[in-house]
Amino acid sequence: MAAAASHQQQHRHPKRRRLALSLSLSLSLSLSFSPSPAPAAAPPLDTLADELLFLVLDRVAQADPRALKSFALASRACHAAESRHRRTLRPLRADLLPAALARYPCATHLDLSLCARVPDAALASALVSGPSSCPSALRAVDLSRSRGFGAAGVAALAPSCPGLADLDLSNGVDLGDAAAAEVARAKGLRRLSLARWKPLTDMGVGCVAVGCAELRELSLKWCLGVSDLGIQLLALKCRKLTRLDLSYTMITKDSFPAITKLPNLQQLTLVGCIGIDDDALGSLDKECSKSLQVLDMSQCQNITDVGVSSMLKSVPNLLELDLSYCCPVTPSMVRSLQKIPKLRTLKLEGCKFMTDGLKAIGTSCVSLRELSLSKCSGVTDTELSFAVSRLKNLLKLDITCCRNITDVSLAALTSSFTSLISLRMESCSRVSSGALQLIGKHCSHLEELDLTDSDLDDEGLKALARCSELLGLKIGICLKISDEGLTHIGRSCPKLRDIDLYRCGGLSDDGIIQIAQGCPMLESINLSYCTEITDRSLISLSKCAKLNTLEIRGCPRVSSIGLSK
Amino acid sequence: MDLSQNHIHNQFAANLYYQFGSDNPFPSMGTQQQFPPFTSPPFDASPSTNIPHMDWNPATMLDNLTFIEEKIRQVKDVIRTMVDSGGQLSCHQGELAQKQPVVNADLTCLIVQLISTAGSLLPSLKNSSFLSHPAAGHMDMANHVGPSSGLVPNAMTVSEENKEDMCSPEDYEELFKGWTDGAIEEGIEIDNVLVEEQDMKDGDEGIDGENLPPGSYELLQLEKDEILAPHTHFCSICGKGFKRDANLRMHMRGHGDEYKSPAALAKPPRDASAEHELVKRYSCPSVGCKRNKLHKNFQPLKTILCVKNHYKRSHCEKSYTCSRCHTKKFSIMADLKTHEKHCGRDKWLCSCGTSFSRKDKLFAHVALFQGHTPALPPEEPKTCSDQSSHAGSHQESTKVPNSMGSSFMWGASSGDNNALDIKGFDGCNDDFLSTANFGSFNLSFGPADGFTGEPSGGSFSMLPSEHFQSAQKKGQN
Repeated sequence: MAAAASHQQQHRHPKRRRLALSLSLSLSLSLSFSPSPAPAAAPPLDTLADELLFLVLDRVAQADPRALKSFALASRACHAAESRHRRTLRPLRADLLPAALARYPCATHLDLSLCARVPDAALASALVSGPSSCPSALRAVDLSRSRGFGAAGVAALAPSCPGLADLDLSNGVDLGDAAAAEVARAKGLRRLSLARWKPLTDMGVGCVAVGCAELRELSLKWCLGVSDLGIQLLALKCRKLTRLDLSYTMITKDSFPAITKLPNLQQLTLVGCIGIDDDALGSLDKECSKSLQVLDMSQCQNITDVGVSSMLKSVPNLLELDLSYCCPVTPSMVRSLQKIPKLRTLKLEGCKFMTDGLKAIGTSCVSLRELSLSKCSGVTDTELSFAVSRLKNLLKLDITCCRNITDVSLAALTSSFTSLISLRMESCSRVSSGALQLIGKHCSHLEELDLTDSDLDDEGLKALARCSELLGLKIGICLKISDEGLTHIGRSCPKLRDIDLYRCGGLSDDGIIQIAQGCPMLESINLSYCTEITDRSLISLSKCAKLNTLEIRGCPRVSSIGLSK
Repeated sequence: MDLSQNHIHNQFAANLYYQFGSDNPFPSMGTQQQFPPFTSPPFDASPSTNIPHMDWNPATMLDNLTFIEEKIRQVKDVIRTMVDSGGQLSCHQGELAQKQPVVNADLTCLIVQLISTAGSLLPSLKNSSFLSHPAAGHMDMANHVGPSSGLVPNAMTVSEENKEDMCSPEDYEELFKGWTDGAIEEGIEIDNVLVEEQDMKDGDEGIDGENLPPGSYELLQLEKDEILAPHTHFCSICGKGFKRDANLRMHMRGHGDEYKSPAALAKPPRDASAEHELVKRYSCPSVGCKRNKLHKNFQPLKTILCVKNHYKRSHCEKSYTCSRCHTKKFSIMADLKTHEKHCGRDKWLCSCGTSFSRKDKLFAHVALFQGHTPALPPEEPKTCSDQSSHAGSHQESTKVPNSMGSSFMWGASSGDNNALDIKGFDGCNDDFLSTANFGSFNLSFGPADGFTGEPSGGSFSMLPSEHFQSAQKKGQN
């Protein structure tokens, strides 16, 4: 939001922008490194317009978040400027909330995800008694990870934040209709998440549906008490909805057509809706939802290929379809996919492929960009080879745990998809190390590669060194690789952010040091059960400034010395 | 009672004898003198002494008796003319034959009237059915008057000796068959139509689309008082009434060891004769009701319980009022309890104030009207409506309505309509809480209550006692 605001300002003042750029550098340098500036620094600050100053501060914050603190401490004017500048608040404790809101009256985003416990009183006192003269400017509040507040706390939000547009109340397992009725008083809400509100019933949903007519995004995931009546009312009253998550609710065919007829609905998530069956899918009118682009019906256990076939005629503009763990994939069902010519993403995880099902995908879904076949049974070499030879546009492929495929498919795959961005083939154990070298040779655009539990060796890694764009590499349980192979990766993949070396027993500190030196952008590394790893690796990894996830389970030679680094 | 019955029967027998042995010009003066004594006294005296608590109507009884008197006078006149003419024109057999049916019909009507009058009295003696044949009354009257016998709801067939007594011709047999079918109607007062009516009735029974063919069941009709009688089983010793025979048997144990034997305590076996008896069906005594056998599309009631429930529901005053909604009324306590189970609890409210019994109805309403919202039941808004007050005062403000409510109950007990007042109080609850100003509430509360609002000392905890005092004062005044 802060970025968006600054963009707007930049558009308004194109000329000042350059000035700000030049200023910002000098200022940020001078200010961030001089906690106690000379009094002479104050006058130039006063002459700066707020917008310019905020641009400066944006850049300062971008470079080093801690610099803002020292800036605020510089002088009263700096302090005031910083108070007005700050947009996002993320307090650590709820009892700091009143002080924080008083200090930063212009804050628009309040993220309470670090406060595990937010009592009603804290919310009420912060929002009501705080800056009582002017209503809070808050537009977004995130309470998704907080507990301890009830309807009274929620009730404090709506009247004090008239501009509230984004409210995340996920995981409010104790919140029910009364809280929903209070949420409904925030008329301007655009985005709302009520996920896991277990006591919520149709009454609460009805209140929200009537009260928040501007809603664009709504999540009712795991709201088990919500039934068709509430959802029907929602479909009737909130006509502007674009995203709707009804996962694990009790929606049935009574309200399913009403939902799909929402004129602006783009994304519909129906994970695990056991009330959706072939009847419900068949009850849709032809082309009833032209706006729907993303449909997720994974784990809807009661639908079959027949229902899916009959439903596809209703959603002609679909881009993404997720049918994971739903129904067996039959050729007839796949052929009906021709009715959605724009389909880009097809996820069929955990499905059982009938004979010729995969071949039909090759012939029917030519425009596919992304295909997920992970954990599917019935994927064979011949069918996969046929399919990949037809899917010219494919960029991402997931064949995790397709245990029947061999070098044959991999050869066809690598020769067809030279532009592949993502390839996941964990546990494809029948593919040999020689075939894995083909990946490196042909698919040099790869950004994401998962070869966990494969026959990969150092030669394969050497070939992968050609994939200089690689961002994520998972090569856990590849027992054949050694430091030498990892050195190739460390040298040639500077963009690497995420590497998984789980149980790579052949690795030692040298390989890790190579990675740490060659990949400065590293954010996450998994070294669990790499038993040879010592404190030296950790010391070298401490140079990677962006590292935020480090997993070193089962590394007996790591000591507190390494950890302290 | 015993006497009167005897008189009636003797009288009828006598009449019949006169009629058929018309050559015997019996002086009618004696009978004429006999009538007045038995018409009123037994009915006036015996009910008042025997069953002072019963709800029979002396006025209607008197009407009935005067009617009977009138009738008897008519018949006597006819017969006198017959006697006279027989004396003058020695046996004009043709004329006699002409008049005979008229007399028959009149007598039939008389008997019917008498029995129905007596019958309406009998159940009020809380021990017998009016349907039990007069002969039974005649013979077992001691039992009937004493609180000994249980309710005998089914009609008894005419005993042979009674028929002999009356020397009844076929017309009378038909009439008694009508009785056994429960065909006696107080409303039937037209002299000559009774027999026709009977025929028509038979025809009706034939027409109605019953699952049982008309002849295949025995049609009974209980009298109103009998239906409304609170007890159907009575102790022969102390007269206490019971709803169930099992309870009576349990009660009997207290009257002696002979009632404690397993045989006495066992459930009486069904009569062997009951098995080959016809299935019984019942008619509602209220004329014009579909369950009444005179109705064109008559549908009989299956059991006595059905009769009771039907009669109470359809033809009795609904005296039980729902204590929640104060609008629904019922004549059967069970119905009230069933209703109270649902009344109020699943009220689905809309923000506009309309309430619905079903959720889907509410949602259809909300869907139809712009701006209407489903409203939560009042308890929940109450807890969350004080959100605007300070969180610190949260505890107090939630406690306040309770104490206020109770004090209010006290105060209002002097008024005439508690419920309404309390409702009004609930209505202003939210306002009160939002102001969080106890003093102002106190003021607004006083006048609304109708009290001359004594200025409270500002201490809130004082309020209930003050109101109590004022209520007491009011009571003293």
